[in-house]
Amino acid sequence: MTALPSGLQADVAALRAPGFVSNVRTLAGRELRDAVKSRWFVLYTIAFAVLGLAVSFVSAAGTGGLGLAGYGRTTAGLVNLVLLVVPLMALTAGAASIASDRERGMLAFLLAQPVSRTEVLLGKYLGLASALLACIALGLGLCALILAWQGATANPAGIVWLAGLSVLLALAMLSVGMLVSVLARRASVAVGTAIFVWLTLVFVTDLALMAGVVALRLRITELLALSLLNPLQVFKMWSLLAVDASLDVLGPAGLYATEEFGTWLHPLLGACIVPWIVLPLAVAALVLSRRSPL
Amino acid sequence: MITISSLSMRFGRCFAVRDVSAQIDAGDSLALWGVNGAGKTTLIRCVLGLLRFRGGVSVCGHDVLRDGKAARRLLGYVPQELGFYDEMGVGEAIGFFARLNGLRGTEPAASLRLVGLDGQHTKRVRELSGGMKQRLALALALLGDPPILILDEVTASLDAVGREEFIGMLKGLSCSGRTLLFASHRLEEVAALARRVAVMERGRVIETVDTQAFVAARATEMRGGAVLHLTVPASSREAAVRSLRELGFAARLNGLGLLVPVPPERKAVPFRVLADARIPVEDFDLVDAAEAASLAAQAKENVP
Repeated sequence: MTALPSGLQADVAALRAPGFVSNVRTLAGRELRDAVKSRWFVLYTIAFAVLGLAVSFVSAAGTGGLGLAGYGRTTAGLVNLVLLVVPLMALTAGAASIASDRERGMLAFLLAQPVSRTEVLLGKYLGLASALLACIALGLGLCALILAWQGATANPAGIVWLAGLSVLLALAMLSVGMLVSVLARRASVAVGTAIFVWLTLVFVTDLALMAGVVALRLRITELLALSLLNPLQVFKMWSLLAVDASLDVLGPAGLYATEEFGTWLHPLLGACIVPWIVLPLAVAALVLSRRSPL
Repeated sequence: MITISSLSMRFGRCFAVRDVSAQIDAGDSLALWGVNGAGKTTLIRCVLGLLRFRGGVSVCGHDVLRDGKAARRLLGYVPQELGFYDEMGVGEAIGFFARLNGLRGTEPAASLRLVGLDGQHTKRVRELSGGMKQRLALALALLGDPPILILDEVTASLDAVGREEFIGMLKGLSCSGRTLLFASHRLEEVAALARRVAVMERGRVIETVDTQAFVAARATEMRGGAVLHLTVPASSREAAVRSLRELGFAARLNGLGLLVPVPPERKAVPFRVLADARIPVEDFDLVDAAEAASLAAQAKENVP
């Protein structure tokens, strides 16, 4: 055996891997900078802001006036926009993250550094979450500013609620996207799967519920329970509840939920969406820790 | 420094590495030699903790699977080709990886200077040539001054001049006391850098010999002939091997190119065969018996 030079031996003792928080912060910062510089982020943000303003005008047209409606009505109009755009944005961003790094060999190189797989996953998640937060804040913030400038005063808290709930929805969909990304071997497959998940959550489950009501004569409790399994439905209910303080617009299931749960509806809806944030991310961490990054 | 005990790793039912044990001491330099699919890269990935395996690998007492972060802090890794964020600037890249290694201040710049990339801070990674990308990979591997370097066929994508420069840099690092574990299929690289050679075949280490004896044995095997390294487009590699085998050459894939043993009077024939098959030769080099013998003499210097 050849001994190391004395200087180098001292270094071995001094070499310590950086801590969990430090690594997660570094990785999140890198991911945020990449996302902000990327074309998808800019395009989604512009599209979200432009569509938000368009929805504001359409909401106003419904009241018979010209110009911008108050916060409450506009917020209700924005719910549908958020339901379509935010999940698509979060799912595709999450799906592309790990899978594209794996495809170009970057994931293996990153994991050959003194970092753990959980740090890489969490860093990427937090970086993308920050980018999505910025996108939502910019889009909805622009709408709120313009409404304020137009002198709208009714229920300004509605848009704040909507922004908060949009972030929760984004976190949940990002979590699902990351799971897809960890499972898929190729970035194109991951993004394709993410779009399929989006279509399923946005359209297919709604249609399936309607078909279920007609064909299986589902009871109102069953209908509500099935609706609560879909994070997009949870978001819709919670947003409308925050804006209108009732779910009448959702029909019998909404009325039943308001009457049955009353003030407990907020915590119930929260309890339905939080697992969508935590569980897919936890499963993604587990899969990544066991699977080859190559 | 690195202890590998009874390491086995398989993809499905097929063993990629089978029952490999090795001890690499401080300042040692071990080359992994073998054809494509022999298990060199898989073994390296196991040592880095990138793949799950049976058996054990520890780096200075840190188990690479249970205590991977601490183990990898002691390892600098240079892959065959750096699959990198192309839009990232060189300075940005080195800064990012320096932070992951817990470094601040002037160390990233010093690392770039060490590999001759100072002044390239503002360049984007995609603007770098293959050789410069490998230098960047080496600069990243040297961040934090790790005592062990792990290199996976690092010169495979370089031309002859780039290869010579890169080997020179690695030789300097080896002489400064760093421990090297590297996979290679180039005799001149092994002769320049290794103290010992582990010959791998179908996932097993069939023998571990000192470098001088290894290179001398290769020279004898050539019987006055030579070994031709050919670089052809990736899409034509299989076709090139088939064409050469039809004419009786024992050609085989190796790294990013082909390895063709040629008798003394037929050194130029493979070029004609590939030209007839419309397969362009992008680069080549030739190690003949005389050169192998001189490499064997050179390898003697690797052992202090």
